[in-house]
Amino acid sequence: MSKDIRIKKGLNINLIGAAEKTTSKAVLSNVYALNLEDFHGITPKLLVKQGAEIKAGEPLFYNKNKEEMLFVSPVSGELVEIVRGARRRILTLKILADKSQEYVSHQPLDIEQSDVDAIKGLLLKSGLWPFIKQRPYDIIANPDVTPKAIFVSGYTTAPLAADSDYVLNGKEAELQAAVNALGKLTPGEIHVSIGKSNNSPLAGLNGVTLHNVSGPHPAGLVGTQINRIDPINKGETAWTITPQDLVIIGELLLTGKFNAERTIALTGSVVKAPKYYTTKIGAEISTFLYAAGVKEDKFRLINGDVLTGAKTHPEGYLGFYNNTVTAIPEGDDYEFFGWNKPIFNKISSTRALTFSWMQPKKKYDLTTNTNGEHRAFVVTGQYEQVFPMDIYPLQLLKACMVKDLDEMEQLGLYEVAPEDFSLTEFICISKQPHQQIIREGLDLLHQEIG
Amino acid sequence: MGLKEKLHKTKLKYQGKKMAPAFNAIHTFLYAPNETTHSGSHVRGADDLKRTMNTVIMALVPCLLFGMFNTGYQQDIAINGAPEAFSLMEHFLTWDNFWLGLITILPLVVVSYGVGLAVEFVFAVIKGHEVEEGYLVTGMLVPLIVPVDIPLWMLAVAVVFGVVIGKEVFGGTGMNILNPALTIRAFLFFAYPTWMSGDKVWVHGAVDGVTKSGTTDAISGETVLGYLAQGNTEMSYSLSDMFFGFIPGSVGETSTLLILLGGLFLIFSKIASWRIMVSAVIGALAMGLIFNGVVTAGWIPEYSKFYSLMNFEFWQHLLVGGLAFGIVYMATDPVTGSQTNRGKWIYGFLIGFLSVMIRVFNPGYPEGVFLAILLMNVFAPTIDHYVVRGNIKRRMKRLKNATIYPKTSGEVEALKTETV
Repeated sequence: MSKDIRIKKGLNINLIGAAEKTTSKAVLSNVYALNLEDFHGITPKLLVKQGAEIKAGEPLFYNKNKEEMLFVSPVSGELVEIVRGARRRILTLKILADKSQEYVSHQPLDIEQSDVDAIKGLLLKSGLWPFIKQRPYDIIANPDVTPKAIFVSGYTTAPLAADSDYVLNGKEAELQAAVNALGKLTPGEIHVSIGKSNNSPLAGLNGVTLHNVSGPHPAGLVGTQINRIDPINKGETAWTITPQDLVIIGELLLTGKFNAERTIALTGSVVKAPKYYTTKIGAEISTFLYAAGVKEDKFRLINGDVLTGAKTHPEGYLGFYNNTVTAIPEGDDYEFFGWNKPIFNKISSTRALTFSWMQPKKKYDLTTNTNGEHRAFVVTGQYEQVFPMDIYPLQLLKACMVKDLDEMEQLGLYEVAPEDFSLTEFICISKQPHQQIIREGLDLLHQEIG
Repeated sequence: MGLKEKLHKTKLKYQGKKMAPAFNAIHTFLYAPNETTHSGSHVRGADDLKRTMNTVIMALVPCLLFGMFNTGYQQDIAINGAPEAFSLMEHFLTWDNFWLGLITILPLVVVSYGVGLAVEFVFAVIKGHEVEEGYLVTGMLVPLIVPVDIPLWMLAVAVVFGVVIGKEVFGGTGMNILNPALTIRAFLFFAYPTWMSGDKVWVHGAVDGVTKSGTTDAISGETVLGYLAQGNTEMSYSLSDMFFGFIPGSVGETSTLLILLGGLFLIFSKIASWRIMVSAVIGALAMGLIFNGVVTAGWIPEYSKFYSLMNFEFWQHLLVGGLAFGIVYMATDPVTGSQTNRGKWIYGFLIGFLSVMIRVFNPGYPEGVFLAILLMNVFAPTIDHYVVRGNIKRRMKRLKNATIYPKTSGEVEALKTETV
């Protein structure tokens, strides 16, 4: 069964530095790290002390509010450093990897015979649960709640992001196993989206509702698809999971091992030879960044894609969720009369002496320059052109800014995640921090309403 | 050391100081800032508010230049009478006309920008925020919507009033309820009505009593609307005069052709809302047709003082007075206008509709555009409220079929019945 979703509103951001479709094995990293900022809203409670020897898949900490939810080490080795920030908040856990990897092994599960609790239990104790995220609030799913549906987006539209079809190639068995298990966790459907007219490994899955998605970014964002397929109402919960994380779940179900290996795309105009690498969650980015080479010294390194990723640096570590690492030039330079001269080398959603509308296929080399200063909201009707959901984006942002809980609910905050506002943030003439505004709004709503 | 480095060093020196916003305003005028992204998207689109405002100003420049030529031309024909065989190059686009326009209108522009920006700078320094660009457009609009001979001190007083009361008390650019340029015009209109209407103010020198050569008659000139409002039905200007703008009126509002081109440019560049412009035109035509219908039906006697304006061909309303200018440059102000796309249709329609209505029924001063826009500015949030309600209602309707697990009846039912 497959259905079509056509998205008309949106904007493709074509950048230089797309990854070539060849995969190399990255050099083994000495140190692996879990960055706790990846797990939004989790208060960690450590289970091991500094200096402890741990196996791959062994728990490092648990969620204070949900003790069964464990977070495990991607590799075996020694916990060498616990980096703490203000008020002793744990920021990063660093593990010095052993030469030979030892894995915690779980009993592989016969999915057909297992009940919901057995599957949930396995996912929670094996440390795979954090891969499952929920809406509302865009946080790690609450295992006590039954979702009305599960959404997986296999269609990539984000700029320079790793191509799902390519990285999932050959993983059909794992994907099917994961889908079978997740199917038991919801009475509803598993909605899987794929791009039109290509041979996605997701296309052959059984037990899912397949959707053919087409259109510009943000058509590939799972939030856009949820809004079209089955929007979230107050009180409802939907789960989302990325296909590359399905592979890890599937492998655990089949073999009993948490294999943190994944194929990532190293992209961006700064990278000399952008391509795909296989590495592990938490690996040092320098292990593959310098193998591919960088063109300049000053650049912005991003864990994720340019619209939603987190800022990092060459000594940083691959994030828990992302399968893209992007390097683009920093733009901390002045531009003479940059505000009124015709612009040919930047992307714009208007035609105010900006000429990106003339060449929709052209690839751009964008920097991190904001191209202007922060201002109050002035222009209207711009966001709606790139925002395909049935939501008023400007009004919702304003509701979040003034912390009006009723308005936030009524205008559909339950349906969105910060990433859904990445494109409106990109085109925002007033340079407002949309994703931050939405994140704070979601946190407030979560805290007040639960 | 280049200018760029010098300015960069000065900027670092001023950072955190009280005068920083004032310096930054000048700095960012010369150079786009070196700011990089800190949260959210790492790359940003090319447009900023300065560029947006600059685009509107570019669309206004032709109107300003035309206004300069027209100032000279109107005085010329008031003194010497209209030329028998009108030639654009010979009678209109002459250096004499332009020079007269330049020396009368440039002071208006200078006062408008000088006073307005000074107020903006003072408020930015006091409140410690950056100087926002809103006034760039307002400062250009103001000289274009006043009569050419408005005394400069009046303009200065009005600008201070408009910027402070119309904008800064609400929190500055982006926060105001009323269009600042129209607030300035409204202030002028109600504070100094004799300088804003009548048959003397539209031609340069008429108030000061410039006389026709050889006679003692003082010159005068009246707008088409003023002429009609006095009960005249014979049209003194041809249609092409009205369309191209060789008629008396506020500085920039006369040339419908240039306004039309400016409007098309703004629509093409996606800066102004085509929805507001189109629906305002529809609204004006609708009201015009209604009045024409009233006349045709014979419901109004010919001696009525409304007769001549009601009888005025409905589509010609768009050619005279400030209607076209208001629709293109003022109604489309995104801050004070409706913010939702559906709201923009309603908002624009009512502006056009009310403009023509006020125009016809206002006995003292036959122009209603600025009042109609200000009125709709006030109602724009209300329109948006109801449009957004529609979206909320859809969401509530959906909620009735919500699938909430676990289906332990009581709690779920309670959740559903709770109003969203």
